[in-house]
Amino acid sequence: MYTQALDAPQPPSAPTDERERLERFQARIDADEKIEPKDWMPEAYRQTLIRQIAQHAHSEIVGMLPEGNWITRAPSLRRKSVLIAKVQDEGGHGMYLYSAAETLGVARGELVAQLLIGRAKYSSIFNYPTLTWADIGTIGWLVDGAAIMNQIPLCRCSYGPYARAMVRICKEESFHQRQGYEIMLTLAGGSAEQRAMAQDALNRWWWPSLMMFGPSDTDSKHTAQSMRWKIKRFTNDELRQRFIDATVPQAEYLGLMVPDPELRWDETTGHYVHGPIDWSEFHAVLKGDGPCNRERLAARRAAHEAGRWVREAAAAYAEKQAASARDAQAG
Amino acid sequence: MSPAAEPARAPASVEDRFEYVLRLGDTSLIAAQRLGALLGHGPALEEDLALGNIALDLLGQARLLLALAGRIEGRGRDEDALAFLRDAGQFRNMALAEQPDGDFAETIVRQCLLDAWRLETYESLAGSQDRELADIAEKALKECRYHWRFSAGWLVRLGDGTAESHARTCAALEKLWRFTDELLSADALDARMAVCGIGPAPALIRERWETRVSAALAEAKLERPAHRHYPWHGKRGVHTEHLGHLLAEMQFLPRAYPGVSW
Ligand SMILES: [Fe+2]
Ligand SMILES: [Fe+2]
Repeated sequence: MYTQALDAPQPPSAPTDERERLERFQARIDADEKIEPKDWMPEAYRQTLIRQIAQHAHSEIVGMLPEGNWITRAPSLRRKSVLIAKVQDEGGHGMYLYSAAETLGVARGELVAQLLIGRAKYSSIFNYPTLTWADIGTIGWLVDGAAIMNQIPLCRCSYGPYARAMVRICKEESFHQRQGYEIMLTLAGGSAEQRAMAQDALNRWWWPSLMMFGPSDTDSKHTAQSMRWKIKRFTNDELRQRFIDATVPQAEYLGLMVPDPELRWDETTGHYVHGPIDWSEFHAVLKGDGPCNRERLAARRAAHEAGRWVREAAAAYAEKQAASARDAQAG
Repeated sequence: MSPAAEPARAPASVEDRFEYVLRLGDTSLIAAQRLGALLGHGPALEEDLALGNIALDLLGQARLLLALAGRIEGRGRDEDALAFLRDAGQFRNMALAEQPDGDFAETIVRQCLLDAWRLETYESLAGSQDRELADIAEKALKECRYHWRFSAGWLVRLGDGTAESHARTCAALEKLWRFTDELLSADALDARMAVCGIGPAPALIRERWETRVSAALAEAKLERPAHRHYPWHGKRGVHTEHLGHLLAEMQFLPRAYPGVSW
């Protein structure tokens, strides 16, 4: 998931032997072979993957913030425990993904530095605020749900380390989705105030969740190349449609209204038809003008700055230990 | 001295057992609440995840202990009723656990001093006459050993890292040391629990804690702060100002929407 702002560099025009290599590379992909870190790969493929994986990793890390916002206020000890475990899982996802990116020759520190100076993208969804407890349920249900739609196909991505990371991550995301839905079930079956809380959260998260799949196919420039490389297997609109088809009946089961007056079931296609998405909001959030862009980056920077002396201390201590081990060996 | 080796003695009162288990449960709960707030804000991703793990372990211990306290009390209060519907004066956690996180040095020093106490206490409690309490302690021991390795490992790295980390860690120790006496000084309840074979012998815990913490301080090249008088008795409900704020945040939802389930 979380790769909506992707803009893949175009493959460079290449001399003849380079072209042969490209053809062989494409033939391997067409044969569904996995590309591994030591294999030759076109520079554009490498760069596209680095950007996509880094963006995904950053999204996991920034995504810890809106949900972490409710750890101290979770309404029962069981919910608190599940939420801590979830936020921690997301951090773990960030870790596997940074490791997958490192197999492409870029250090985690470099990627994090790009995030902190505001040059790297992360999913726009995490720039929305978590205002009530129902937001925690809704994020699990919709945001993790959308993540699963996006990520299941990535388990078959052509790049081996990324595909393997996704297999592990997808298992946990579906767990998160179920836990989120379970919070919603409890709220929807609770008091009038709890039901109102659940409806309000759905109202606020529905459209941003649809935007998680990225621009409509007609405006998405780089889908074709990524599909040829099997970095992407379905278009943004295809995935969005799947998500809507899966989610609307879940909302109905909860007795909640999807905040789209034009939403209707189309008998002939067997799909839901949805109203227009406000892409101006999406672009504003991507540009940094979402409700919480500043707060999210500020929190990441503050943690990084506050941790500087700690990381320096750990490095200094490790250096002292290494030096005394060398001395012991020399003596 | 192992409580199991003692001769037969008078059984502990329900009130005593309830209060004693609350001390343990509340100390874990409040520490978990502090650590949970840090998740996503740690000095590096690895530490974030480790502190998250520790928070989860402590919360798990707290839930078992509070549920046990509720059963002992026998008035129908479950873990959530005890966690969310008591005011500060009814909490029985050690005041050290409620101290806020200033910088990472304060977090590590607080955890380290508490982890050493919890590890030694649970080691003893694993042989408690109270089978349920003994089972909880037994199960928690593995977690407590890992918590101590983590916090003591960081104490050493910070104490023996850079000049800045050393200075910050000294300051944190200076600030938090005064809360350690409460961990180690037995009051009448601790003494009664030891006599009836439920709780550990306080002198033993003090001695083992001193040994453990002194070794870590020495390895970290840190001086042990001077003894200070302490007016806080969190375990008897006399807390610092911090606990009220912590509870206001933690208890907000069940207080604002009473009587519903979540
Ligand atoms: Fe995730
Ligand atoms: Fe997730």
